[in-house]
Amino acid sequence: MQATTAPAIRPPLWLLAELTYRCPLHCVFCSNPVDYARHDREMDTATWKRVLAEARALGAVQLGFSGGEPLLRDDLEELVAHARQLGFYTNLITSGVGLTEKRASALKSAGLDHIQLSFQDSTRELNDFISSSRTFDLKSKVAAIIKAQGYPMVLNCVMHRFNLPHVGRIIDMAERMGADYLELANTQYYGWAWLNRTALMPTTEELRDAEAIVMSHRERLDGRMKVLWVSPDYADAKPKPCMAGWGAVFMVVAPDGTSLPCHSARMLPGIEFPNLQESSVQDAWYGSDGFNRYRGQSWMNATCGGCDERGHDFGGCRCQAFLVTGDAAATDPVCPKSEHRGRIDEVLAGAQAEREHAGRCGAPTQPLRFVPGATTLAGIVYRGDENSRALSAGSGPC
Amino acid sequence: MISPNTRPVVATMFRLQFEPAQDCWVLLYPEGMVKLNTPAAEILRLCDGQRTVDEIVAELEAAFAQTALQGDVCAFLGQARERGWLQ
Repeated sequence: MQATTAPAIRPPLWLLAELTYRCPLHCVFCSNPVDYARHDREMDTATWKRVLAEARALGAVQLGFSGGEPLLRDDLEELVAHARQLGFYTNLITSGVGLTEKRASALKSAGLDHIQLSFQDSTRELNDFISSSRTFDLKSKVAAIIKAQGYPMVLNCVMHRFNLPHVGRIIDMAERMGADYLELANTQYYGWAWLNRTALMPTTEELRDAEAIVMSHRERLDGRMKVLWVSPDYADAKPKPCMAGWGAVFMVVAPDGTSLPCHSARMLPGIEFPNLQESSVQDAWYGSDGFNRYRGQSWMNATCGGCDERGHDFGGCRCQAFLVTGDAAATDPVCPKSEHRGRIDEVLAGAQAEREHAGRCGAPTQPLRFVPGATTLAGIVYRGDENSRALSAGSGPC
Repeated sequence: MISPNTRPVVATMFRLQFEPAQDCWVLLYPEGMVKLNTPAAEILRLCDGQRTVDEIVAELEAAFAQTALQGDVCAFLGQARERGWLQ
């Protein structure tokens, strides 16, 4: 009888195609799984084309090509052309490395609709330190190429304690570059960002100050550049409506074909997510245990199931629940109703105490300098093959 | 207020297309989608940068055998421009 009362499953609207985990950057907040080196087999062009066609037939319309760095796939132009012909609205999510004038133009001819370019900061020093790569100047050149070829341009900057004080300058930089959208994406603590959470964590005051600056610029830029401020995960007293609900609109396809309801669900234990090399998109979306596990409301515990907010926040984030409480079905620990909210407050208090301590001791700010080839630096673990292999083997980073 | 002689066109940031799965016309933009109701879609489909507002009104009045659509069409075009859908 339950089946007749359960609401119908709606089709996916948004597909994120992670074409490869290979990446020339080593960003400390990367959302790829820390053990990505274990999943380094990539689907071939023909299989990707089938996946795109199946997803489109179900109703998916937004398509992001992501990674890793998707430009490392030399079939990107072919995949974009195929996607555009199917009627997808296509987005290239890139670090900019490899986006030459020639390639940007070939992608334009293939029908690419827009480009999201990442920046790590408004300064070369911090950009290069956070990504452990010499990419700041190159990114600036790529931004000019994107604009010159008439693409709508989204600049994305992941925010954390190191660059939050620069937020005004980051906005100025985006404005100078002619960005149509600026996404100021506060770090979400999964994958590599979870490993580095202590180093990256801002205080609530640092977040408040930055947000006030964002709001003041937003008015000024109204109608010219849209500035999105992605709510910080921990400082907010409300759980986020993660992915607009598990298996509600969003499907991520990892480089090896594993289909996932979000970027990080792969690390949840005890769930077998369907691989699209063997499964159709339709079977994965509608029929798999992985996509049905936390879909809708029937999985919710008493706290969430009886909460008036459940139709708005969909129970928050399952990955956050798992990482902080050890139980993916627990109430999102960010929620004040969670018995584990104290653990989130401890993290925030830890950041506060660290700043106060540094202030009292008059400790000089640690110089954040890019060191070529470093795998760890200043207490930070860089995303890279060596670290990923070590973390896959269950040992610590190099 | 939008002038009757302008030739509105859907902004380059947006793409207008029919979505069979939604059974409606939609506007697609970076990381988003607006579902359009029938009147909105009928108006936007005529915003091709060639037709003037007056011509759009005349065409809709003829197509739907109605009169005095000018007010509604202009009000919608004003809102659409405010939202950045038109340039």
